[in-house]
Amino acid sequence: MKISNFFIPLLVLFILLYALFKKVNVYDSFVKGAKEGLGMSISIFPFLMAMIFGVNILLKSGIVNDIFTPLKPFLLKFSIPVEVLPLALTRPISGNASFVVMIDLIKKFGVDSTIGRIASIMQGATDTTIYVLSLYFGSVGITKTRYALKAGLFADFITFVMSLLLVSIFF
Amino acid sequence: MMNKIWASFIIVGIVYGIISGRCDLINEEIVASGKSTLDVFIVSFPLMVLWSGIMQIAKDAGLLDLLAKKMRPLFKIIFPELDENDEALSYIASNLTINMLGIHNASTPFGLKAMQCLQEKNKNKDTATRSMITFLVLNTSGVTLIATDILAIRMMYNSANPTELLFPTLLATITNTCLALLMDRFLYKRSKKHEN
Repeated sequence: MKISNFFIPLLVLFILLYALFKKVNVYDSFVKGAKEGLGMSISIFPFLMAMIFGVNILLKSGIVNDIFTPLKPFLLKFSIPVEVLPLALTRPISGNASFVVMIDLIKKFGVDSTIGRIASIMQGATDTTIYVLSLYFGSVGITKTRYALKAGLFADFITFVMSLLLVSIFF
Repeated sequence: MMNKIWASFIIVGIVYGIISGRCDLINEEIVASGKSTLDVFIVSFPLMVLWSGIMQIAKDAGLLDLLAKKMRPLFKIIFPELDENDEALSYIASNLTINMLGIHNASTPFGLKAMQCLQEKNKNKDTATRSMITFLVLNTSGVTLIATDILAIRMMYNSANPTELLFPTLLATITNTCLALLMDRFLYKRSKKHEN
C-alpha cells in the first residue's frame, strides 16, 4: 500500500469541492490551466534531454564508483560506511539514478541494516539539486545562476552528514 | 554554471569511459539517451498538464492565495525582497506544500509558475535573482514531511518497522533546509560585497 495513493485523490477532491463551493467554473479553469501546462511541458523538454544525456554518460563511465574504491581505507578510519558514498554522490545529480542505488543498497545489506537506514534517509530528506536547478532556471531562460549551485550542494552535504549522525544516534 | 557542469559531465564521462574500456557502454548510452528522455517525458508530461489544470482550479478558487497567506510570516523572513502580496508567493507556497507530501510530479508546475512570476520582475533576464535562488534552495533541500516513496520501498522490502525513519528523516530535512537557508543568505551577502 502506498500512502500517496491516499493523498492525491483527497487533494483533488478537496480542491474540487472547495472550488465548487466558491462558485468557480471548474471545467473552464481546468482546461485553461492544462493548456498552459502543455506549453510548459514542451518548453522544458530540451532541458530534460540535455540533463539526461549528460548525467547518464557520466554515470555509465563508472567514474563515480571508481573514485571511491581507493578512498575506502581512509574513510573507514572515520567509521563512514563506504558503501553509501556512491549514493551520496549520485543523489544531487540524478533522482532516478540515486533511487536505483538506494534500492541496490537495501537489497544487498537489508532494509533494517545501518546502511539501509542511512540510504533511506539520504534519499528521502533531500531533492536532486542539479535536476531542480537546470529545470527551473532553464524554463525561464536563466543562464547565470550565481551561487545557487553552492547553496544546493551544501544542503546535500548536510543531508549526508545528518543521515550518518542520526542513524548512529537513533539506532 | 550549467554550461560548465554539463560540458564537464560529458567530457569526463566520455574520456573516462574510453580510458577504462567502457566505451561500448558510452556508445550505447549516446544512442539510448534520446529514448530515455522520451520515456521520462511520456511519464511526466501528461501529469504536468493534468496538475496544471487542477492547479488552475485551486488558484481560481483562491486556495493558493489562502495558503500563501498562512505562510506569510515565514515568507517575510525567507524572502525579504518580495512584496507580501506577490503572486509568486502563492505558487511557492503550493509548490512547497505538495513537496512536503512527497508528490514531486505534482509540485513541478507550481514551481515553474513561481519562477515565471519571479522572472517577470527580473531586470537582468539571464541572471538569477536572490529570491529565485532562495526558492530553489528550499526546493532542492527538499522539505519532506513524509517521504512517501521511501516508505513504500521500505514496506516492499519487509522492514520490521517501515515508519521508524519518518522522524529521523524529518530531522534531517529540517536541519539541511535551515542550514542551507543560512548558507544562501551568507553567499548572498558575500556576492553583494563583491559587487560593491
